[in-house]
Amino acid sequence: MEKAKEKLSTRFSKDFGGYIYILPWIIGFLTLTLIPFLCLLYFAFTEYDLLSAPKFIGLENFKNIFTQDEKFFTSMYVTFEYVAVAVPLRLLVALMVAMLLNRKRKMIGFYRTVFYIPSIIGGSIAVAIMWGNLFSRDGALNSVLKVIFGINPNISWIGDPRTALLSLILLAVWQFGSPMLIFLAGLKNIPTLYYEAATVDGANSIQKFFKITIPLLTPIIFFNLIMQMINGFMVFTQGLVITNGGPLDRTLFYQIYVYRKGFEQFDMGYAAALSCIMFLIILIFTAMIFRSSSSWVHYESKVE
Amino acid sequence: MSQKVKINTITFHAFCLVFSLTALYPILWLISSSFKESSQVFVNSYSLIPDAIHLDNYIRGWQGFGGNTFGLFFRNTFFVVILSTVGVLLSCSFIAYGFARVKFKFKKFWFMTVILTLMFPAQLVIIPQFIIFHSIHWTNTFLPLIVPSYLGGAFFIFLNMQFIRTIPYELDESAQLDGCSRFQIYYQMILPLIKPALITSAIFEFYWSWDNFFAALLYLSSPKLFTISVALKLFSDPGSQTDWGAMFAMASLSLVPPILMFFIFQKYIVEGISTTGLKG
Repeated sequence: MEKAKEKLSTRFSKDFGGYIYILPWIIGFLTLTLIPFLCLLYFAFTEYDLLSAPKFIGLENFKNIFTQDEKFFTSMYVTFEYVAVAVPLRLLVALMVAMLLNRKRKMIGFYRTVFYIPSIIGGSIAVAIMWGNLFSRDGALNSVLKVIFGINPNISWIGDPRTALLSLILLAVWQFGSPMLIFLAGLKNIPTLYYEAATVDGANSIQKFFKITIPLLTPIIFFNLIMQMINGFMVFTQGLVITNGGPLDRTLFYQIYVYRKGFEQFDMGYAAALSCIMFLIILIFTAMIFRSSSSWVHYESKVE
Repeated sequence: MSQKVKINTITFHAFCLVFSLTALYPILWLISSSFKESSQVFVNSYSLIPDAIHLDNYIRGWQGFGGNTFGLFFRNTFFVVILSTVGVLLSCSFIAYGFARVKFKFKKFWFMTVILTLMFPAQLVIIPQFIIFHSIHWTNTFLPLIVPSYLGGAFFIFLNMQFIRTIPYELDESAQLDGCSRFQIYYQMILPLIKPALITSAIFEFYWSWDNFFAALLYLSSPKLFTISVALKLFSDPGSQTDWGAMFAMASLSLVPPILMFFIFQKYIVEGISTTGLKG
């Protein structure tokens, strides 16, 4: 009897003893991610202003969003424009610079450090404020253009509806440091043997780039693409601080719109419904990239 | 060295230098503007060299607003940043050890939740999160900014796991033969071995927590609790005429700790990004 009990308890500790270690994670996952997510789904079908209890209103929020909310479409369009331009551009610059730095030369370490610094401080409010002033009418950009190229655009880049979004895209591209480091690590993993063999076979550097470098980097490109895309859809701080969604809603990012609905107009139910739509969009795009990956992402076979 | 190689080298360095200048120019501009006289900032604004070093921007800026100095805002920021960094250090290696080394039921399922959370944009649930924190009266306190880090972040768990996996399992086995308990193995053997991962985790948490704007904006409403990022934002808000000199001075000051950290711990940052392949 004693023995059986002991066996049961060791059996239990063998099966569940590890839970002591992951207990903080389980609590965190439930309270910070899963339960809030389920709440989000629920609030999306309610009218809720934080003061009175949420009132269930069925699909009303979604109906309003799709039938009479112009700002929804504007903010969706602006966000897509941002993601479609900023993400590929940032990855492209990151890849090109990584290629450039992937060699044995003097000062490589110095350049790598310098190129990474903008990413280190990129998320801060200080940088957002700085960017807004660089791109203002009297800002340094116009001043530099005048002195070096003798042209004076005399526009406020962040104040003009035609260029406001571009200014914010440039801010994102300026912070290409993190993907650059990831690409650099990937490039270092490509055996030089491949390039040597290709040289013997008479391949030129362009052929080597497209036939060796790119295919072997595709897993990293794939991964970067997904993470950067998700982050891109979540763009918020820069648009709020630099342009505050303007001018003429040209930088009204989706998250800014959600923020205004939720925390300025206290329409929590509506904001939750907006968040649900964004969740679906991210889910669909992530799934699409995953599904397409089998045709363009090259995994090295484990068999040698 | 042949002629061609020489030209290549020169082109390479010329290109890199131009690029370096582009990368650094905005930051240098901000810092140099903080030393210019307020009225001079936007006159020949391209210039990186102030006529004279004016420190009064710093003195004026430091006064802050509403009777709260930037000394208080810095203190608040350090308080939040240090406590959440400690939280990450305590929780993430511990959880990672559980996932990497301990066998238990449904481990695959729980590990899946880590990976899914890693990809899940946390900002999406900011509304229900706010409602939950509001209902337990945590709004207008530092708790929503600090407590989550004690419950383990997916990124840090993943980072620490990647490091623990590189330690040969034979070490655990021989420690076990020597009579070490599971916790002793974690505490006395694994922890010292994953020091680089711990340092990397601490640095990243430092950065994220230092830059954290959205949460601070939502949860901290009393100016006494403001962190640097919220204070800077409100400092720059229209309404009164913005004192750009003072603004730039405080913005520059807020960049000092992150940049200092970067130069001290550069190696760990580069390694951290490269081993996880994740964004920093």
